[in-house]
Amino acid sequence: MSTLIEDPTVSTSLNFTPSAIWPEWFRAEQEAAWQEYLATPAPTRKNEPWRFANIKAIDLSSFGSAPAIASEGKLINASAGLGEAAARFIFGNNTLVHSEASGLPEGVIVQPLDVAARENEALFRQYFMSQPVELGSHKYAQLHKAMLTGGMLVYVPKNVEVAHPIEIFHWVEGKNASVFPHTLIVLGDNAKATVVDYFQSADHAPAFACGINDFHLARGSKLTYAAVQDWSLETLAFHINSTIVERDATSTALVANFGGRHVRGESLSKLAGTGSNSVMLSLNLADGDREIDQRTFQDHAAQHATSDLLYQNVLDDNARTIFAGIIRVQPGEAHTDAYQKVRNLLLSNEAEAISMPGLEILNDDVRCSHGATSSGIDEEELFYMEARGIPRKTASRLIVAGKFISLLERIEDESLRKNLAAIVHKRLGID
Amino acid sequence: MPATIEQDDKPQIDIDRSVGDFRYDVNYEFDAGVGLSEATIDYICDVKKDPDWIREFRKDGYRKFLEKPMPTHWASKDLENIVFENIRYYLSQGVQPKRSWDDVPEEMKKTFERLGIPEQERKYLAGVEAQFDSEAAYSNIKAAVGEQGVIFVGSTEGLHKHPEIFKKWFGKVIPSSDNKFSALNSAVFSGGSFIYVPPGVKVKHPLQAYFRINAQNFGQFERTLIIADEGSEVMYMEGCTAPKFETSTLHSAVVELVALKGAKIQYVTVQNWSPNVFNLVTKRGLAHEDAEIKWIDCNIGSRLTMKYPGVIMKGKRARGEVISIALASDGQHQDTGAKMIHAADDTTSNVVSKSISIGSGVATYRGLVDIPPHRKGCKNNTECDALLINSHSRTDTYPAIVARGNQNSFQHEASVSKINSEQIFYMQQRGLTEGQAMSLAVNGFVNDLVREFPMEYSVELKRLIDLEMEGSVG
Repeated sequence: MSTLIEDPTVSTSLNFTPSAIWPEWFRAEQEAAWQEYLATPAPTRKNEPWRFANIKAIDLSSFGSAPAIASEGKLINASAGLGEAAARFIFGNNTLVHSEASGLPEGVIVQPLDVAARENEALFRQYFMSQPVELGSHKYAQLHKAMLTGGMLVYVPKNVEVAHPIEIFHWVEGKNASVFPHTLIVLGDNAKATVVDYFQSADHAPAFACGINDFHLARGSKLTYAAVQDWSLETLAFHINSTIVERDATSTALVANFGGRHVRGESLSKLAGTGSNSVMLSLNLADGDREIDQRTFQDHAAQHATSDLLYQNVLDDNARTIFAGIIRVQPGEAHTDAYQKVRNLLLSNEAEAISMPGLEILNDDVRCSHGATSSGIDEEELFYMEARGIPRKTASRLIVAGKFISLLERIEDESLRKNLAAIVHKRLGID
Repeated sequence: MPATIEQDDKPQIDIDRSVGDFRYDVNYEFDAGVGLSEATIDYICDVKKDPDWIREFRKDGYRKFLEKPMPTHWASKDLENIVFENIRYYLSQGVQPKRSWDDVPEEMKKTFERLGIPEQERKYLAGVEAQFDSEAAYSNIKAAVGEQGVIFVGSTEGLHKHPEIFKKWFGKVIPSSDNKFSALNSAVFSGGSFIYVPPGVKVKHPLQAYFRINAQNFGQFERTLIIADEGSEVMYMEGCTAPKFETSTLHSAVVELVALKGAKIQYVTVQNWSPNVFNLVTKRGLAHEDAEIKWIDCNIGSRLTMKYPGVIMKGKRARGEVISIALASDGQHQDTGAKMIHAADDTTSNVVSKSISIGSGVATYRGLVDIPPHRKGCKNNTECDALLINSHSRTDTYPAIVARGNQNSFQHEASVSKINSEQIFYMQQRGLTEGQAMSLAVNGFVNDLVREFPMEYSVELKRLIDLEMEGSVG
């Protein structure tokens, strides 16, 4: 089909070759996903989920499959995490290059997805990409599924708590290499875990990343998740997340975007059980010509549920951000508390921040609010600091750091919070 | 109490729409028939003796109407129920409005007298225009206001008698191609007001237009153009009603406002169409340096309203404002909002929207705040509050804010809530029925906005929002 070859959103150098690491049944699913990817039309701005999007930036034509990693040792040494971790898994160009799991309680499964598909097939079949991708990137989710080789399953059984974070590193290396990270987290009743994903580039080359996370929180469970995205500044990245929160469970998820040339994030939280709670946080630092396009969905499908979203964007130079969020309260889902807030701090005269905070409320017994603010740094705050001898540039960086740090306060886990604060300071050049 | 879905046992709320629900049989002298084609447009041009440029303007609008798709990828699918072939596009008893009520045909006079128009004019208006289906039946302006050089006539008279002003601005604020319904209006427009206020003239009393649909399957396409010259001030008020018919009716107006340097325009609408009317209106104002345009908009009637009054702040320090109240009852969809374009430095805008959804009613807020590159000192404040009365009521909020640069400031806030049951309880303790208490709570919710309306309208509004409660308590 010649029309498909001319479609820049389909890469001609990314070919579908099912990997032998997968069991037969999954390879068949991948084949179907590949066909679905080819058959799904490319997005246009006329689709509401792509309103204001820079479609031209989604040009996959130059990307190909990723070669083998040149030096595994270098990547392993560079995978700096939180210090004390219950498990660490490191992927380089979709291949597992290092694993250590010493501190895991009994019954906890942390294993690469291909192993999980064989050893824990029922679990895999039940949860892997079970939630349809509805925020626009169905096509790219299908590509992800077809190309997937690396990725992790984290399963914590009923009443088990993992004390220290589980850390997963994904590296991309080489010009125009493509990676497809995946993290599947399943928490049993009253289970508790902290998981951190790190997305990094081994070089400054252009790359393509298309990652998916699926989180399933059973009754009373508690998940703290952080994604630290620091791809090269030439990377095109998709990060698609879905979180299903059952009765009385609590999810706190943070996405920190530091890298990437064009990053499209889609995040869905489904409040599926009474008393469920989801906290959705994101801090985004966009400078240069970079674009961060985020779409979120707080889907209230149960009573007495709470969701709270806070996105902090900081824009400099010619950067552009889009935030489009929806809170939907389904009919009958009474006693809902839902909040959504995006704050844009614009540091340059060329930066552009688009906010589309949306509400769809089909029940009257709700407390819902949303807010969006966009402005520069308050001159009086700068003046105050300058009067105390702090140079203007440093003062503005301190104010930016302050915005990010106040968002991190929402994370309960102290060592995770401190570590993320250190990453923020490092990225902003503050000692 | 176990967490079960609460039975919706709240009393039913209904709005008194009976005032406008009547019709008279009228013998129309001119009737363009049913359906739309080039021939329909030629018929309208011939009846109205349009100049050639208007005929060309209409045909261009018609081509754009055919080209443009329905905006159903974001808007209500209910739009698909409009059958353009079944609509009558032009009906009138003649194109010349009467200057005296005595000359207005009996059936039309009865209509407007029942709606209280001549009475109101005597009381406080500076001028009145009353449109019956396609054409104004009556148009008058008080002598004192006319002597100041204020022009207040129908759009046809405006383009015939004042072409030098009319042509300069007509279709410039809202191009025909803006959307499918503005294109349709451009093709078949008839009626509406043309107002010109000379420099420095401050019109003390409001000018009013009254729009009435009387015929079944009829589409009303009025076109209003208001130009406030430098330093002038004017307030315009419009009201609309129609009888209830079995079949749907289309109202698709285009309203363009031009406020030149330092001028102020206030445009007040109380829309109370019957629940069979598709009300798809494009309203936009162009505010020059130091000018101010304020839309005060209240939507109570219609089946589906889509209306997003806008202000393009073209000159420095221009100001735009939208105050909006929407009441969506069973079967109604009020899709309203605001557009603010900050095209110059130091421009400010304010949007305050309050909606109430009752029964299966849907209230939607859609907003756009846009600032082109390299502006500074611009500020927008938007507040949207929604009140839901019944458990199956619905409200949606879809704002889009495009902020550029570090020297501007935008803030948007929205909240959704239900009527506070403690308030209701408190009032009931003091002897009010549940219905009265609900009515008081709703009036309290919109009270600060109702006060923005001119006195005469706020009284009318309170009466309209005076909710009739039926059903039992508990």
